[in-house]
Amino acid sequence: MSQPLLSLRGISKSYGAIRANQEIDLDVAPRSIHAILGENGAGKSTLMKLIYGVEQPDDGTAAWKGEPLSLASPAEARHRGIGMVFQHFSLFETLTVVENIQLVVPGRKAELTKRIRTLGRDFGLEVDPFAHVHALSVGERQRVEIIRCLMTNPKLLILDEPTSVLPPQLVNKLFDTLRRLRDGGVSILFISHKLEEIRAICDRATILRGGRVTGNVDPREHDAHDLARMMIGRDMPEPIPALPLSGGERRLEIIGLDYTPDDPFAVPLSSISLTVRASEILGIAGISGNGQSELSALISGETVLKREQADRIFMMGRDVGTLDPAARRELGFAFVPEDRLGRGAVPEMSLLLNSLLTAHPLKLLKHGLINRARAAAFTNDCIRQYDVRTRGPDAEAGSLSGGNLQKFIVGREIMLAPKLLFVAQPTWGVDVGAASAIRQRLIALRNAGMAILVISEELEELFELSDFIQVLHHGTLSPPLLAVNTKPEEIGRYMIGAEPAGEKASA
Amino acid sequence: MSRPALALLPILIRRDRASLTATLLAPALALAAALILNLGLYVLLGRDPVAVVHAMLLEPFLSWASFSEVLLKTGPLLLIAQGLAIGFRAKVFNIGAEGQFILGAIFASALPIWFPQATGAWIWPAMLLLGAIGGALWASITAFWRVRLNANEILVSLMLSLVAAQLLYYLLLGPWKDPNGFNFPQSVMFQYDAMVPTLIPGTRVNVSLLIAFALSAAAWIFMQKSFMGYKLQVGGLAPRAAGYAGFNQGWAIWLSLLIGGFAAGLAGAAEVAGPLGQLQRSISTGYGYAAIIVAYLGGLHPIGIVVSAFFMAALYIGGDNAMVSANLPIAAVRVFQGSLLLAYLVAITFVRYRLEWRHAGHRNTS
Repeated sequence: MSQPLLSLRGISKSYGAIRANQEIDLDVAPRSIHAILGENGAGKSTLMKLIYGVEQPDDGTAAWKGEPLSLASPAEARHRGIGMVFQHFSLFETLTVVENIQLVVPGRKAELTKRIRTLGRDFGLEVDPFAHVHALSVGERQRVEIIRCLMTNPKLLILDEPTSVLPPQLVNKLFDTLRRLRDGGVSILFISHKLEEIRAICDRATILRGGRVTGNVDPREHDAHDLARMMIGRDMPEPIPALPLSGGERRLEIIGLDYTPDDPFAVPLSSISLTVRASEILGIAGISGNGQSELSALISGETVLKREQADRIFMMGRDVGTLDPAARRELGFAFVPEDRLGRGAVPEMSLLLNSLLTAHPLKLLKHGLINRARAAAFTNDCIRQYDVRTRGPDAEAGSLSGGNLQKFIVGREIMLAPKLLFVAQPTWGVDVGAASAIRQRLIALRNAGMAILVISEELEELFELSDFIQVLHHGTLSPPLLAVNTKPEEIGRYMIGAEPAGEKASA
Repeated sequence: MSRPALALLPILIRRDRASLTATLLAPALALAAALILNLGLYVLLGRDPVAVVHAMLLEPFLSWASFSEVLLKTGPLLLIAQGLAIGFRAKVFNIGAEGQFILGAIFASALPIWFPQATGAWIWPAMLLLGAIGGALWASITAFWRVRLNANEILVSLMLSLVAAQLLYYLLLGPWKDPNGFNFPQSVMFQYDAMVPTLIPGTRVNVSLLIAFALSAAAWIFMQKSFMGYKLQVGGLAPRAAGYAGFNQGWAIWLSLLIGGFAAGLAGAAEVAGPLGQLQRSISTGYGYAAIIVAYLGGLHPIGIVVSAFFMAALYIGGDNAMVSANLPIAAVRVFQGSLLLAYLVAITFVRYRLEWRHAGHRNTS
């Protein structure tokens, strides 16, 4: 290989007792698309933050085109020609595209507009410079972020899980852009845990596990199975088969629900219909921001319908539209929200006290006082059964890693033995092993007769779990599709709204 | 490479868990900082700092007469602060304890003023109860507007304190003025049975101090052991978690304000039925506001508040002493209280955060 563009030697970084990166060596060649592959928690994000200067390494050296590189700050990194597109966009929704870019890049508006158009034409990043960001789709917003990075003429572009927010069709378009950028002389660091994508586009892959480099390969020469083994250190567990559908009783039914939120930036929902029966898993696909949080809150009862809107949401046969979350839970409903800290759990409180949040009806109270012995027993059970890695029931929820806290919350809700379980983003931030354990548990519960509703951005996960899949796009829901007869591309078409939602979804 | 001077300052890093050491150390550090700052001010004012310290911090404990006055002031501060702390833990900021205190005093006074001939041991307990109800009713106005219209409880309760003061003046200048009182704005003196019994003979310390301690114990059980107290704390720490679990936030606001108003009203009643013996203009010397500082200095924890209430009471007496013997201006005590709260709020940052200096060791590029 010729002289590498970026070269890291022995980079280490610890956060307290956690060694996020240990002795990392990395060489990024000029004009290459280089994948950083690893599970959640493998140290990918830490490494990228070190390269971009957001954090400083404890040890190790870096070189840029053969010269020593100090990774002091993002400003320094940008100055050297390193750009980064974060997973979560940092755009002002009320400003236009060109105004957003003007905030970071010096220059007159007309000139910038011209450059945005040129970059768009050259690299397949078409976006209207005068559109307001709130009116843009997620894919367009990502293009704006990339354009903003390209304005500074970087030599190295870091993309953090860029495909996680895109439907399948747009992934190909993004890949096309990345190839054109590479041919134009920009190297790309592509972070992902999706094996097929990496095989499709990357020239080189560095695999991380537990903060260490476990492989440095050409991904085109290895199959997904090989890569997965390097990534998780063992073979993937086999999924358990689902029992055939039984056509059980309707545990959740939503009929023609229209909802306009008070918040002008929230997504209004129109004619939502769905049914979840006992012994059945319904998966809701779609990219976040298409009404997922609004729909979740309506089902959980955190948003309550007005009295006029009767007969829209039924649980266990009762109209629950005007009931609060506590009343819905009394009917046998349990819910794992998509955000854990501050919603599914109180970060400053111990796990024991977080058990009480929803599990207090399981006789954890006595005459209105907290029964600590029983609450501790419940918490210990949950920690053991769901493999929550923690010091014990007295650990603060905020001190757990995201994946472990998710296991705790999922465990707590399942231990309520609900008739209807609603899980939003069951495996966000959970490592591959624990994620498959959670999915297996959900399938076992479904086989045992529970009705389960899952909202997820991960199509593979939905196909593994669901009996039926419906797609949420722009606040409308597609008709239910039988998962075994459906291809990911069909779901993808609904995800970008290419196929009209058509008739009202027949429940 | 040149770096901006700001980068040389330490940065705040969130701790993995709250530090117990910092929790216990914060009040002491705050006290030390406030003391140094204020002594500096006194020196600038041309006063002798040794004499001020002696008068403010030692004299309250040197004679039984002053110490009993400290105990007397501890009662209302303790009561009000315990009530407020429960609300503060739920992030319901009732700043209007002063007004609730005044309404408590007015409600309690109604009984002896309207029935000056009544006798019986039931009168003073009935007055305390009436006072507590009065305070709770006054607080309920704030709760109503907050829950109904989402009106900020800080502003509403604070402004209602001013209204309460005007209501008191109206009563004392009009219908409730003592006809034989030489036109002073004060009510008649209450009959013997309208007075809370004395606890320690020869002093003004009365049974209401015991009530304050009993309610402190009740507050401890409520906040540390009961599910209701737990729900309030969830609402304060993570409102969205409270919504997720189905804890009613409107209920939490009502409960917080009613408890705060109840306790402040009780304190107001104990004041007119205790050391004062009549309703007058100066029934409160800023207890309602000082109790906010007491609640925070005590870490919003029922046991901590017992300590901080006692300390703040000593500061009141010591401040009075210092005004007389060291010739300090009347505002000195307020300034001390304010700087103490400010120093404490800075100090408690370190319960959840620690400082980290950006060391230069990592920039060892080869």
